[in-house]
Amino acid sequence: MTTNSGIGASVLRKEDARFITGTGGYTDDLSLPGQVYCVFVRSPHARAIIKSVDTSDAESSEGVLAVFTGEDLRSDGIGDLPCGWMVKSKDGSDMLAPSHPAIATTHVNYVGDIYAMVIADTIETAKDAAELVEADFEILTPVVDVASATTADQIHENVPHNQCYDWELGDSAATEAAFANATHVTSLYIVNNRLIPNAIEPRAALGNHDPASGLYTLYTTSQNPHLERLILAAFVNVAPEAKLHVISPDVGGGFGSKIFVYAEETAVIWATAKVGRPIKWRAERIESFQADAHGRDHVTHAELALSGDGDFLGLRVKTIANMGAYLSTFASSVPTYLYGTLLSGQYKTPAIHVEVKSVFTNTVPVDAYRGAGRPEATYVVERLVETAARELGVDPVEIRRRNFIQPSDFPYETPVALTYDTGDYEASLARALNLANYSEFAQRRNESEANGRKRGIGFSCYIEACGLAPSQVALSLGAGVGLFESAEVRVDVTGSVTVMTGTHSHGQGHETTFAQVVSDKLGIPFENVTVVHGDTSKSDYGLGTYGSRSLAVGGSAIATATDKVIVKAKKIAAHMLNSTEERVSFDEGIFKIPDSNESLSFGEVAFSAYVPGNFPIEELEPGLSEKAFYDPANFTYPAGTHICEVEMDPGTGTTKIVSFVAVDDFGTVINPMIVEGQVHGGITQGIGQALLEHGVYDADGQLLTGSYMDYTMPRADDVPDFIVDTTVTPCTHNPLGAKGCGEAGAIGATAAVMNAITNALEVKELAMPATAETVWRALTGE
Amino acid sequence: MVDITITVNGASHSLSVPDNTLLSDLLRENLRLTGTHIGCDTSQCGSCTVELNGRAVKACTLLAAQANNGSVTTIEGLGTPDDLHPMQAAFRDNHALQCGFCTPGMIMTAIEMINDATEPLSADQIRAGLEGNYCRCTGYQNIVKAVLAAQTQLRSA
Repeated sequence: MTTNSGIGASVLRKEDARFITGTGGYTDDLSLPGQVYCVFVRSPHARAIIKSVDTSDAESSEGVLAVFTGEDLRSDGIGDLPCGWMVKSKDGSDMLAPSHPAIATTHVNYVGDIYAMVIADTIETAKDAAELVEADFEILTPVVDVASATTADQIHENVPHNQCYDWELGDSAATEAAFANATHVTSLYIVNNRLIPNAIEPRAALGNHDPASGLYTLYTTSQNPHLERLILAAFVNVAPEAKLHVISPDVGGGFGSKIFVYAEETAVIWATAKVGRPIKWRAERIESFQADAHGRDHVTHAELALSGDGDFLGLRVKTIANMGAYLSTFASSVPTYLYGTLLSGQYKTPAIHVEVKSVFTNTVPVDAYRGAGRPEATYVVERLVETAARELGVDPVEIRRRNFIQPSDFPYETPVALTYDTGDYEASLARALNLANYSEFAQRRNESEANGRKRGIGFSCYIEACGLAPSQVALSLGAGVGLFESAEVRVDVTGSVTVMTGTHSHGQGHETTFAQVVSDKLGIPFENVTVVHGDTSKSDYGLGTYGSRSLAVGGSAIATATDKVIVKAKKIAAHMLNSTEERVSFDEGIFKIPDSNESLSFGEVAFSAYVPGNFPIEELEPGLSEKAFYDPANFTYPAGTHICEVEMDPGTGTTKIVSFVAVDDFGTVINPMIVEGQVHGGITQGIGQALLEHGVYDADGQLLTGSYMDYTMPRADDVPDFIVDTTVTPCTHNPLGAKGCGEAGAIGATAAVMNAITNALEVKELAMPATAETVWRALTGE
Repeated sequence: MVDITITVNGASHSLSVPDNTLLSDLLRENLRLTGTHIGCDTSQCGSCTVELNGRAVKACTLLAAQANNGSVTTIEGLGTPDDLHPMQAAFRDNHALQCGFCTPGMIMTAIEMINDATEPLSADQIRAGLEGNYCRCTGYQNIVKAVLAAQTQLRSA
């Protein structure tokens, strides 16, 4: 149906009314009667033995209800925080996971590691009392450097060489042979800088325990409340699943960092029963820096083997990935199944071999951050390709075209375990070249040079794998959870609809996009569809939102449930119209019989379902509410081309992005306005990585970039207006044809920016972030 | 404890709060106006921006006592869903928000910026004016678009 609110329409968002009037309800906005406040006492040392913790002064402070240490949790049967993906090393052995207690008991392993919690009647009292907790630490030499971690002191008793696993993918022999036959080899040493996600809403938790029912209620800033509930119940042993209710209300951005089950909410929900009062905790920004999982942090040696004509023959990649001090919830999967599998990019590279060693260091745990593995893979591939083109004297566009997987090649099986279902890489490249006016770049470069400026252009033809699936494949590769999504489409008596989804929206606009899907399929007004998410008592078990999965997986579940509603509604309509199900058509919300003037509206059929006077009660149950659990047959493969053009001032090293074009293929687009917004935000995070952001530790394991004074995120005047467009090859295996758009910007942009900068500077390699100082040093050699 | 008389969104309040109470805490905890958000506690993110006596200020870095006898407008005092302030409407109409957390501060900053300008502001000037407010979602492009759109309306009003 064609309307101004259905699939493909830029409908304004339902959720905005509350956000622009200040009436949203984020976790820290909520309060419960009698609530008290919690402060965590964090290690000032990167690595130390906890010899003793004296809580007596803190406990005897006025207004303090309790002080707990790790021993209190352990003796109460509270288990470690688990990692949900078992990766196996190349020798077949299981990865090594250190014990990860919510509150440290014997050792602290990063600055920010919690060793006590203080609960008091006001936040000020709790903070003052936290100062009185006395710990006797024996300070040990920390392991900070990723590249040398395997030869440094052993951090965890059960993890020799600090190595979590030594994983590989691809055909080693074929790749070696490709290199033996190569005319040219391009190699790069790549550091993918550590990033700190920094959603603007700090993490928070508000826990309550009702002794009469035994029910725990946890409000928290989670991207996946059902997973939070499952892990806290089944693994950490806080409460039986049935006695744990998790609510993720409005959440102020996540970018991956709110996927994970953290120590803080674990301790809060456990302690609420101990003190008999609701407990609230909200991270201060310094805690966000010290305790939210960080992202990226790879060191890679990568080589591309080419023929003299620029054909890609083989790719060899060796990466060391930093896990930080412990394994965060999905940390192990990021540098393996979300990284190694993406190294084919958009190209027909026939032989690929990747080895990844993941190591522990005395730093904040590292896990998925917007893109999660795929930005790192894209950076390796696209920096290599661009560098190879320069070394061979080939146009960077032509070398890509020469090696693209062609539309006729799909489905295309890569040498790194994925099967791309569809795509048209030339289409997005051609559109992007046009929008970037590439043909006149040389002229612009000359003009810049005449003005004493350096100008460069860089490309990034990225691919990503979204909507992690299917469950059985992922489970066979070590995933600890299924990867389907749930939906319930509940038709109300008067024909309005409530949709329950297991995904979670924290900026993505699901309340709008999902309502468009249902409104379009049922032919009912967009205003009549309400989407409910983020509450384990309302929606069925679902996996939440990450990996750009919500529309491709969650939306497909909603579409499937909606189709089931239509099937049943047709049966009801057939009865009401004295006809047969086969003869009933349904279009734009109207049920009709061919060659008849009789028709029924969706509302009339819904009413009859609940007031079943004229209803086939012998054949059908009354009511009109359907569920679906959708398990995808494959990943989806969004792809596109980003082109960045920079101009630099050689005097100061300052980089200005003068043009940024992104043409993406996300398959079917439901709401172009929302998709464009996702791309803008993703690109900005990608530019942030390239130009500004870097999580830096000193040799003592102190986080030097622990505040907004030291860690630079893009502000409004750091980025330009972006030119964004889409091409469409619908996903072949889900009902919407959707691929996902949430991470593409962050995946594609970084390599485009760095390719542009290295082009302008005429250097092969440059460390990220390319700050003014870095650029100036590259130019002056100082 | 310190006695404070303060007008917030047109309503007068007299209350006694601990000396170290921040304006943001007074608004959020004492008056339960939770639209003013705390993103960093250190006046760098701008999520807590409110209007105090005609100036956009970061409420997390002012003591409540400093606002004594003052007049504050928060996001809740601007407009209602049925009667939005032009800046609120422009943010919605231009998709200038995603998660919504920085939005109240952005809107308060943007309103002051437009009110203070003697001449129409360019996109670059708006970007410079938004320097004190972090947004991690939108990439700022649509925020700039929204402020430009609201400026046109506010200046013609």
